[in-house]
Amino acid sequence: MRFVDEYRSGKVARELSHQIEKLLEPGREYKLMEVCGGHTHTIYKHGVENLLPPGVDLIHGPGCPVCVIPMGRVDDAIAIAERDRVIFTTFGDMMRVPGGNGCLLEAKARGADVRMVYSPLDALRIARENPDREVVFFAIGFETTTPSTALTLLRARAEGIRNFFVFANHVTIIPAIRAILDSPDLRLDGFIGPGHVSTVIGTGPYRFIARDHGKPLVVAGFEPLDVLQAAFMVMLQLAEGRCEVENQYSRVVREGGNPRALEAIAETMELRSTFEWRGLGFISQSALKLREEFGDWDAEVRYDIPGVRVADPKACQCGEVLKGVIKPWECKVFGTACTPEKPIGTCMVSSEGACAAYYNYGRFSRRLETLTT
Amino acid sequence: MLETIERRRRRKPKLTDELITLAHGAGGKSSHVLVEALFLEELGNPLLAPLADAAVFSQNHTRLALTTDSYVVKPLFFPGGSIGELAVNGTVNDLAMIGARPLYLTAGFIIEEGFPTADLRRIAASMGAAARAAGIAIVAGDTKVVERDKGDGVYINTAGIGVLERDVDLTPTNVRPGDQILVSGTLGDHGMAVMVARGNLELEVDLESDTAPLAELVAGLLDATDGVRCLRDLTRGGLATVLNEIALTAEVGIVIDESRLPVRPEVHGACEILGIDPLYVANEGKLMAIVAPEAASAALAALASHEQGIDAEIVGHVREAQPGLVVLETAFGGRRVVDMLVGDPLPRIC
Repeated sequence: MRFVDEYRSGKVARELSHQIEKLLEPGREYKLMEVCGGHTHTIYKHGVENLLPPGVDLIHGPGCPVCVIPMGRVDDAIAIAERDRVIFTTFGDMMRVPGGNGCLLEAKARGADVRMVYSPLDALRIARENPDREVVFFAIGFETTTPSTALTLLRARAEGIRNFFVFANHVTIIPAIRAILDSPDLRLDGFIGPGHVSTVIGTGPYRFIARDHGKPLVVAGFEPLDVLQAAFMVMLQLAEGRCEVENQYSRVVREGGNPRALEAIAETMELRSTFEWRGLGFISQSALKLREEFGDWDAEVRYDIPGVRVADPKACQCGEVLKGVIKPWECKVFGTACTPEKPIGTCMVSSEGACAAYYNYGRFSRRLETLTT
Repeated sequence: MLETIERRRRRKPKLTDELITLAHGAGGKSSHVLVEALFLEELGNPLLAPLADAAVFSQNHTRLALTTDSYVVKPLFFPGGSIGELAVNGTVNDLAMIGARPLYLTAGFIIEEGFPTADLRRIAASMGAAARAAGIAIVAGDTKVVERDKGDGVYINTAGIGVLERDVDLTPTNVRPGDQILVSGTLGDHGMAVMVARGNLELEVDLESDTAPLAELVAGLLDATDGVRCLRDLTRGGLATVLNEIALTAEVGIVIDESRLPVRPEVHGACEILGIDPLYVANEGKLMAIVAPEAASAALAALASHEQGIDAEIVGHVREAQPGLVVLETAFGGRRVVDMLVGDPLPRIC
């Protein structure tokens, strides 16, 4: 397929892999974090790790939008979904995320009208078609999905649709990266920066990572060659003693991002003073809520939200996985009590979650791999 | 740790869910747990226990095969077919996969009040045509009508009986390391055609379901070589699910080569956009064959000589290492596990 196959060439990959090998300092261990869940998915789906030389490790970061939603918010979503007259709409991979009181798929089985949508605009269409119902959209995701929620809100207002509500859980990437950089357990050599988020926010906001923390960052696309090339670019910076923000995904990402998307977000949403991240705890100014002008479309204004904080299960080590302190398989419950069928932690739900990606795709470590026949 | 997971995967499943969710009907892990921990436990008998596509039993020195399947599909009519063709071909194919010649089908209809008679006639006509094409007859039936909103237009159940005229055993336990894995054509055509036909994706793709009877294709294959070890039709859950079932049952490892998987560009494109893996998308007119290594080229030639097997490919092999595990060698040069899905494939958000 054109514009896809070019970025999946095994031949080019082997060449890049060889180039990376030449950059290795003997005896040094390299730890690179891919921040974004989309990258984690690509890495496992295509087996990118198999093309990295020993000594170069990929650490999977906090950028999986499903994984960072705390259990209490899932319970809130279920509480809204189970109200009379409500049609609750959500992206598919939130369906199985466990709260303290089960998941949305179970709420649906109990009788709640929960529907999967591909875009908030689909939710708005459902609202238009069901004027006697209240349609709520479970808005989650980083800056990648926030603009589509913002545009949908603007359209709802323009069309005067009053039975459409947004349950906003949008988060922002920079505070999460900052939390990881400030973590005392940190032992990273560099970052593979998010691609889609950067199409919106640009590359400027990452500068502090190179400047203040001395870590190189390369924004990367989502095809396997993109990720491998970004790894090469980080390694090259390390070898040459440089520390910069570079853009591998220049076919899409502009330095200034997408000003119109940023405007739409700014018009409809503002920062919350604080927001809980699954595994990372409360991070100040890390999430968005609807502006007061959009109160008529705000599910948190419309409904009485339980808002009960649910502590992560004790056995769950999602936080340490999200910070890259442990690898998924080092978690006590990985693959035993916590599996994709019965996830305890959110990292096991979405295929972007490090644990699910590892369980589904990579369930043999490179060291244990014995592919001989 | 990896051994612990594998042990756990093979343990007798326990059904802990309090309610049935859609995941239990999606053909993945949850469906398996439901069948094994509930139905097999309550209904268990030696004929049912192998959980094959059809049960085989002897009566007056004749080996007979019996199977049943229910059809619920939205929309009822889609490019390339309708629920009618599916209901005939699906059951015919279940019989064909164990090496039986399909003879007769029954059909049960559960119809929703208010369903247009013209649509029902169209469905019945397509069943008649599919039956003639497959060389079988529908010889008994049943009709029930349920209240409005208590059904999606129409549900169909068919049961089929066939006769085993060849001395073949095509169950997964025959699979041996070194065997070659073939598919009869492009993957995911039916599932993607139906997903697109639902119309809520706003994708415009020219795709048709591949629904077709496979008994003739199977007969040609079994005539060409006696090295066929195992046959399965690629329906719900796709090639990935079928290979996982075989790897677990036969306790073998399976390796497939991504660059040799036949996938139409339209299906590939739609899957990319939706974040769905074509390995898990259903077909209704394709099969997977595992054959002895020396039979591979004869089997490929036999499949490819038939209209329904033009795009047949050898896509992988069976090995001793890592029993129970299906591994994909990616075109990119990496490797990954291909596991069974829990429920329906969930589209990713970004």
